Amino acid sequence: MPSPGETVPFLDPYPGRSGILSWIFSTDHKRIGMLYLWSILTMFAVGVVIGVLMRLELIAPGRTIMGAQTYNAMFTLHGVVMIFLFVIPGIPAAFGNILLPLQIGAEDVSFPRLNIFSWWLYLTGAALAVTSLFTGGGPPDTGWTFYVPFSERTTTNVSLAVVAVFILGFSSILTGLNFITTIHRLRAPKMSWGKLPLFVWSLYATAWIQLLATPVLGITVALVFIERLLGIGLFDPARGGDPLLYQHLFWIYSHPAVYIMIVPAMGVVSDIIPAFARKSIFGYKAIAVSSLAIAFAGSLVWAHHMFTSGMSDTAVMVFSFLTFVVAIPSAIKVFNWVATLYKGSIYLEPPLLFSLGFIFLFSAGGLTGLVLGSAGTDIHVHDTYFVVAHFHYVIFGGTGFGLFAAMHFWFPKIFGRMYDRKLANASWYLLIGGFNMLYFPMFIIGLMGMPRRYYDYLPMYQTGHMVSTVGSWVLVAGLVTMFWGLSKCFHGPRTVGRNPWGAATLEWTLPSPPPHLTFLDPPDEVPSPYSYEGVKRDD
Amino acid sequence: MTEHHKDYLGDKFGMWLFLFTEILLFGGLFLLYSVYLHRYPAEFHQAGLELSRVFGTANTIVLITSSFTVAMAISALQQGRRVLCQGLLASTIVLAGVFMVNKYFEWSAKIGHGIYPGSPELVDGPGGTNIFFGLYYVMTGAHGLHVVIGAALLGFCMLRIGQGRVTADDFGLLENGGLYWHLVDLVWIFLFPLFYLIS
Ligand code: HEM
Ligand SMILES: [Cu+2]
Repeated sequence: MPSPGETVPFLDPYPGRSGILSWIFSTDHKRIGMLYLWSILTMFAVGVVIGVLMRLELIAPGRTIMGAQTYNAMFTLHGVVMIFLFVIPGIPAAFGNILLPLQIGAEDVSFPRLNIFSWWLYLTGAALAVTSLFTGGGPPDTGWTFYVPFSERTTTNVSLAVVAVFILGFSSILTGLNFITTIHRLRAPKMSWGKLPLFVWSLYATAWIQLLATPVLGITVALVFIERLLGIGLFDPARGGDPLLYQHLFWIYSHPAVYIMIVPAMGVVSDIIPAFARKSIFGYKAIAVSSLAIAFAGSLVWAHHMFTSGMSDTAVMVFSFLTFVVAIPSAIKVFNWVATLYKGSIYLEPPLLFSLGFIFLFSAGGLTGLVLGSAGTDIHVHDTYFVVAHFHYVIFGGTGFGLFAAMHFWFPKIFGRMYDRKLANASWYLLIGGFNMLYFPMFIIGLMGMPRRYYDYLPMYQTGHMVSTVGSWVLVAGLVTMFWGLSKCFHGPRTVGRNPWGAATLEWTLPSPPPHLTFLDPPDEVPSPYSYEGVKRDD
Repeated sequence: MTEHHKDYLGDKFGMWLFLFTEILLFGGLFLLYSVYLHRYPAEFHQAGLELSRVFGTANTIVLITSSFTVAMAISALQQGRRVLCQGLLASTIVLAGVFMVNKYFEWSAKIGHGIYPGSPELVDGPGGTNIFFGLYYVMTGAHGLHVVIGAALLGFCMLRIGQGRVTADDFGLLENGGLYWHLVDLVWIFLFPLFYLIS
């Protein structure tokens, strides 16, 4: 006779335990994942609203709805929210938490209490970031990069913002630590490394980056704080310091951090594509290893953000070369996904659509990244809208669409209900269309010389800016449609079976939604994650 | 929910990962130090002379001794000698206190001589000297913070041992506390020559 914990869906109250406390102090990885999911989606909404307001300001030259100082605060906040509160925790902390133990047949993560603690840290960091807007000398205006010397001198409330970033970094480290230990220690006995779903591999690589790179960010922002407090001058040339060293330290974290953002999304796509091509993944090993290769090589290229900062020419050449090298593992993945689709019996459902969107947008972002990575061209486009377009293609088109794909793939599992597929498909067209309309013109005006981080511009850039702003409205319409479609998951009878897509990883052997307690005993049989022979759809 | 199974190796593995992150955190500072040492060798040597080797050496001995007492505390617990273990932990914490008091006097003396972050003497003096002392305060300060955290952690272990929650059969927490303490010690072993013995 199974205990109630083994039958009651984890979304419903555990007998004798209900209410908000059973969520915010839960040590269940699934519930913690949900806490993260709602948190990051909230922050995403905040970031989008700010982004759209900025776009509105830029619809015409001159002041439209806000002045220079407000605009500076806006892009800083937009960057901080999107980077530290949305994409970095993003897929790993939300979907990784929910799925990692399920995919490896474990009962939970290694350190469940540390897990909820890291969510509380996240919440604290978010609260401090918001507080920094309304206290001290006003909202920070440095950009999310907190470059010295400005970040040391500005009277706005940078001190609190960097404390928030420090705490968020700590939260991220703890999640990474937890995942690495879990993957090493808690795999079901028959779950060998070669049978790990690629999403798990990607979480593994990500966790290492989180663990190894984030402490450097911690100390870097701590130094900004100390400088503001004590004025030592470690980065101040007048006092013997060197501002370039700040940039080195900052990017030693923040370049690897872009892989914290993108690698989990690559894992999501690697899980989705074979399921909808009904064909085993092409190049399992290559994809798994390339995640690790990205993690490794990605830690050696940070100074490509500093080609115009006055490094030696040798350094510029070396970092430029290494940047080209790091593009290889990403390209390997793209080729493998496409090869998986080749001659597959594809059925086009929303998760696959969003994955294809990911491949397309990520490739555009990745290829333009090479333009930035080669020092010669970067001198021309550095700090222009070309860069803004590039990183939105990579992080929004990549990680954002990866997250959307994950939601459409796993929401039926998590909620036990199907979303509205028509709305999902319609939203995809709006999103892809709006996205390209919003960001593609930025490539062009960037090449023409439009600098980033300005609220005003010369009339020559107006057409591009106007198209872009209209695109932001289309994109928002797409987002609203998408969430409207997904909201069908939240109410009504739970009708989805165990395996609506006919996928082969372990989470699909569990009921939808999974019960509170899963895999109390590790599964006896561990299937090969991408072999669909004999796998039955159950919707 | 049900009790999670204890995974002794997993706990230790996690702790080692955490220690890694601590090393990287200090790594950022060591990186700054090495770049600036390369840039201002003469000033660094000169400024190093102003630090008291007596204080530095004393504190090194104190910390090494405390690492030793922690290691003995773990062995004592493993042999089931609870009171001895608690005594050894208490002496470790006392040694941590001695270290901090020493540090306090050392810093006060420096500050008394007008050497502190942003002081006119440093700001108007040579850049390399300012950086040396700036790093000195930041790095030994960060280390001091870790001493305090480590001591608190060992205090927590004592409490748990007193409650019978950490025992001869289940000593993972104490072992991890000990590991943390060794890290604190290790960082100091690097800081000591870099600042006190540089000249
Ligand atoms: C509707 C969605 C979005 C819109 C309309 C939007 C718009 C913008 C605009 C107008 C800027 C400022 C450009 C400048 O003046 O330099 C910007 C900067 C930025 N955006 Fe977005 N964005 C959106 C979504 C995102 C997402 C999803 C992410 C990341 C996940 C993101 C990350 C960033 C970052 C990091 C910056 C740089 C901030 C800085 O310069 O410090 N954005 N975005
Ligand atoms: Cu980079």
